[in-house]
Amino acid sequence: MNIAELVKKGKFVVSAEVGPPKGVDIEEMLADAELMRGRVDGINATDQQSSVMRVGSLATCCLLKEKELNPILQMTCRDRNRIALQSDLLSAYIMGVENVLCLTGDYVALGDHPQAKSVFDLDSVSLLMAAKELEQGKDLAGNELKGSPKFCLGAIVTPGADPVEPQIIKMEKKVKAGAQFFQTQAVYEPKKFEEFMKAVAYLEVPVLVGIVMLRSAGMARFMNKNVAGVHVPDNLIDEMDKAESKAQKSIEIAARLIKEMKPFCQGVHIMAIGWEKKVPEVLDAAGL
Amino acid sequence: MIISEQKPLPEILESLEGERCIFLVGCKGCAEACHTGGEAQVMEMKQRLEEEGKKVAGYTVVDFLCDKALVKFSLKPHEEEIDSADSLLVMTCGLGVQATAKVVDKVTHPACNTINVGGSRGEWRGEERCLECGECLLDYTGGICPLTACTKGLINGPCGGAKDGKCEFEPDSRDCGWHLIYERLKKLNRLDKMKTMLSPKDYSKMRPPKELRTTIMWALEREEKEAIVK
Repeated sequence: MNIAELVKKGKFVVSAEVGPPKGVDIEEMLADAELMRGRVDGINATDQQSSVMRVGSLATCCLLKEKELNPILQMTCRDRNRIALQSDLLSAYIMGVENVLCLTGDYVALGDHPQAKSVFDLDSVSLLMAAKELEQGKDLAGNELKGSPKFCLGAIVTPGADPVEPQIIKMEKKVKAGAQFFQTQAVYEPKKFEEFMKAVAYLEVPVLVGIVMLRSAGMARFMNKNVAGVHVPDNLIDEMDKAESKAQKSIEIAARLIKEMKPFCQGVHIMAIGWEKKVPEVLDAAGL
Repeated sequence: MIISEQKPLPEILESLEGERCIFLVGCKGCAEACHTGGEAQVMEMKQRLEEEGKKVAGYTVVDFLCDKALVKFSLKPHEEEIDSADSLLVMTCGLGVQATAKVVDKVTHPACNTINVGGSRGEWRGEERCLECGECLLDYTGGICPLTACTKGLINGPCGGAKDGKCEFEPDSRDCGWHLIYERLKKLNRLDKMKTMLSPKDYSKMRPPKELRTTIMWALEREEKEAIVK
């Protein structure tokens, strides 16, 4: 199922992510994915999230596909050069993976193998260009392909970046390079998000607003201090602080944010980060 | 010794598009030895630009463009000419372009590519870095190198990892290279440059050419060979 097509059909698209495990015990991840069956339109499989070595996103997407869940393949430029990335794009296509989210990727030094050599041969824009080239029957070096793939290409943007203009300039480049939909970094300020959506309206590209579930007031403060482009306002931190059931409050806040931002965008992307089992409850509370 | 070669004239002219009046900067150090940015090449460039209908506001050939104090000092007498120019064309290695960009609030175009010699660096003492990538992109980035200023070496714009203008890797000490590039291009009113769709870099150009793998005295040796032929 093509994410961009769903938006075109007028559907408010819902996606969520599963994190492949570090190790080969995949039961929990598959159980999490199973809970989302019928509730989400696509499931992102993260690509060595936070530069931490795990099971790969392509293998995970193949498993999801096998179970007739709609995978969104996350591909970063951190670990593979243009030969490996193009090859994996072809592999994804033959395995029936249609949606591909092209990202730069976190820096290696922030993960669990800081000694690794970082690649970044391509960047998010040129990875999109590469996928487009392949669709047109050629690789990046101009060689002809025996049969060409077709993808629904996605990309990411950080609406809360300050200044936001460099993000918008890059978003425009991603659209030009072939991005058909966007998922965003976590947003907690609907007013600011509305302004952002007005600023990028000229790009006419579907945006799925990113929701990261808050675990605690401490996590919110940590993100404010350490995560670029993410700002949790004080009133939400207070609410989390005072709540007796953090999980209940987290679900309530996520659902409220979705309801408030739904009118400005074309979908929502939920990053539960360990609370995948609560995603259906968030969707229930948000009326989705 | 830093080895440079001139970019093809069409590429230089493309970077000067829409600009009429140009100030030329050369260097009596490595660029003169490489025959890319010495007095003779600066004069030749002046003539070629004039043939293409450009006005050359003035020129200077700095003793060592890799000395920022000297660059500032050498450009001072040309202040009026530089003010009247739309941009500067710097005919040196990537460090010279970045040094000039640092001291002049005008667009600085690179006229050369810096060729990799496989590890040796010049006598540079500033914070600017040149990877000798053989495919200079400083024209698109306001004279700040994206390969070295950005931790990930991204060429098409920032990732989402910058906070308060700092890179998430070493946020206490490392500026986000793309934040610097954005601020610089904004100041120069050239944010259009940031919208250029750059194709993946040709990293084969970062392999040192075979004549440079064993010597950095290549320019001198070439002159000697030319003298013998004559």
